[in-house]
Amino acid sequence: MALVEFRDVSYEIARRPILRELSLKVEAGETLVLLGRSGSGKTTALKMINGMLFPTKGQVLVDGRSTTEWDPIRLRRRIGYVIQEVGLFPHFTVGDNVGLVPKLEGWSAPDIETRVNLLLDKVGMPPAEFRSRYPRQLSGGQRQRVGVARALAADPPVLLFDEPFGALDPVMRLELQRQLLALRQDFQKTSIFVTHDVREALLLGNNIALLSEGRLDVMAPPREFRQAQSDEARAFLAVLDN
Amino acid sequence: MRSDLWGDILQLSAEHLLLVLNAMVFAIAIGVPLGIYLTRHRAARPWLLGFSNIMQTIPSLALFGFLIPIPFIGGIGKRTVIVALVLYALLPILRNTLVGILGVEAAVCESAIAMGMTDGQLLRQVQIPLAAPTIMAGIRVATVTTIGTATIAAAIGGGGLGVFIFRGVASVDTVQILAGAVPAALIALAADWGLGWVERKLSSV
Repeated sequence: MALVEFRDVSYEIARRPILRELSLKVEAGETLVLLGRSGSGKTTALKMINGMLFPTKGQVLVDGRSTTEWDPIRLRRRIGYVIQEVGLFPHFTVGDNVGLVPKLEGWSAPDIETRVNLLLDKVGMPPAEFRSRYPRQLSGGQRQRVGVARALAADPPVLLFDEPFGALDPVMRLELQRQLLALRQDFQKTSIFVTHDVREALLLGNNIALLSEGRLDVMAPPREFRQAQSDEARAFLAVLDN
Repeated sequence: MRSDLWGDILQLSAEHLLLVLNAMVFAIAIGVPLGIYLTRHRAARPWLLGFSNIMQTIPSLALFGFLIPIPFIGGIGKRTVIVALVLYALLPILRNTLVGILGVEAAVCESAIAMGMTDGQLLRQVQIPLAAPTIMAGIRVATVTTIGTATIAAAIGGGGLGVFIFRGVASVDTVQILAGAVPAALIALAADWGLGWVERKLSSV
């Protein structure tokens, strides 16, 4: 059974369609990249998975259950969320930021500490050096590493990424992309990753869904995606020729 | 006579401080929760902000006059004064609570919600701590203005340092006016400094 499934999902704001009859499945352990231009509906689709938004028509199923039937709090604590602006709590230390969801879930203090240390290590931020710092004392790349660690903290089966590396310089971006691939080896997670960068999509996705004006244009694994013939896919792939 | 004056200053200053303290406790207890309510209920914003805005525009002497005939909260004396002072202090506290909470970075609130915080957790753990310096600034401004406004309390028998000022104006006695005005100004300065210190402490986190 697919872990996340969109069934004929449409969404509109003030009668303006954002998503049109979107249907797709994300299998357990897979990384699906939602690729598209600004305004193609990819972020809207992402926010429907953790119940930040709900479809006007159709259903989004997580674990086989419609998001409208989930208790939103329970649903969200099972889904890690990483956004471009990171959104770390400025008044929490790095350690408290990472340990937030485990704390909300009522883990014991020693368990939280062990988990935080493990994750900070995994994202290349030695806990002895970083766990008592505040977000403002970190660089952009370090903040996003903490953001990724925070999303993984309570071991959620699903991770959502909304252009997480979009604000970073190219060198840092590549480093974090590689790190994410390495993390994927360690933590078998189902991920949905939003980007407008076709290179990033090809690097990170097991499957790429290209959205165009709220519709699913092409959905294919990277190798096949490179051969896709639709106008929109070719527009994106043309970037690679430069 | 001289030592008598010092004694009066002390006693009336204490009375003044008590009036302000009473008014501020009520103003904070009403203003902060109401401001939080407004962050969750957009439709009520123009009504409540409008009401407290209008309150601010009414000259204080006139407001005392309006309150006197109202049963329970009105009449002559301290209670009426405190009601009027609360009405004046409400706007800065209400507005700063609202603005402070709405001003918390959108990405921070979005992550908090996406991580599965309940609305109460979002409010207590994220929005109030981050809005605290702004809320405190509203309380500071309200306190300083209230210390000044409270001098008019004497006009309706509320006591405080205004007693000196009214007496001094009536008898064209500069010493009496200064005996009311200088301590009031010093209390206002001290409150501004002290609450400003708290505000800076809150924003350094």
